[in-house]
Amino acid sequence: MATKLIVDCSTGVTTEVELTAEEVAQREVDAAAWAVAEAERETEATAKAASKASAVAKLAALGLTEGEVAALLA
Amino acid sequence: MANTYTLIQSVTVGSGGAASIEFGSIPQTYTDLMVVHSTRTNRANTGDWLLVSFNGSTASFTERDLYGTGSATGSSSATPRYMAEIVGGSATASVFGNGVVYIPNYTSSSYKSYSADAVGENNATASLQVLIAGLWSNTAAITSITITSGSASTLAQYSSASLYGIKNS
Repeated sequence: MATKLIVDCSTGVTTEVELTAEEVAQREVDAAAWAVAEAERETEATAKAASKASAVAKLAALGLTEGEVAALLA
Repeated sequence: MANTYTLIQSVTVGSGGAASIEFGSIPQTYTDLMVVHSTRTNRANTGDWLLVSFNGSTASFTERDLYGTGSATGSSSATPRYMAEIVGGSATASVFGNGVVYIPNYTSSSYKSYSADAVGENNATASLQVLIAGLWSNTAAITSITITSGSASTLAQYSSASLYGIKNS
């Protein structure tokens, strides 16, 4: 069973207790929601990287040097 | 660090790990609060993240974050209660993510904002860094703060968190 550490700031005492059923359920909800958000973030990052690579290739095709492309992207 | 910072309590996770850390019965005698953390989880991934909740509430949170991976940047508002990017169990051994959460005016009757910065240190080329502006749309004074893994993973041994109180005078 998962546990949590509770630090009582009024006494300085730390206790370890089992999570309640509600807390366990909330963790599952949190994990599911984050998995969706993380997938969206990765999709966005992949799309950005692909767009950047495409732009670099097009600039190179126009005759820009590697240094000139790098300067434009900096 | 200014001498107006006072360590309220600090905790380190033991050998069995822990699902979350809660600072309870927070004294209402400071102006602001700050949590400094060094954390790692057992998630089967190089990265993980932390979520925060106040007074046991997970509702009415919103956020906006700016992140960088080392090769890309972006922003998001999709993850309420987001407070840090850290490392998971597949990250380089013995490294921990670290960060700070600052909570001003935690005893006020206004909504509670927080700001956070963190980095999922991995001793490698890619490492996700994040800046977060968060809001808890609740007027209650903050009496407890809970930190937990967003992936429902376990905080690893030697993960630690320290709660500081800050007075404005």
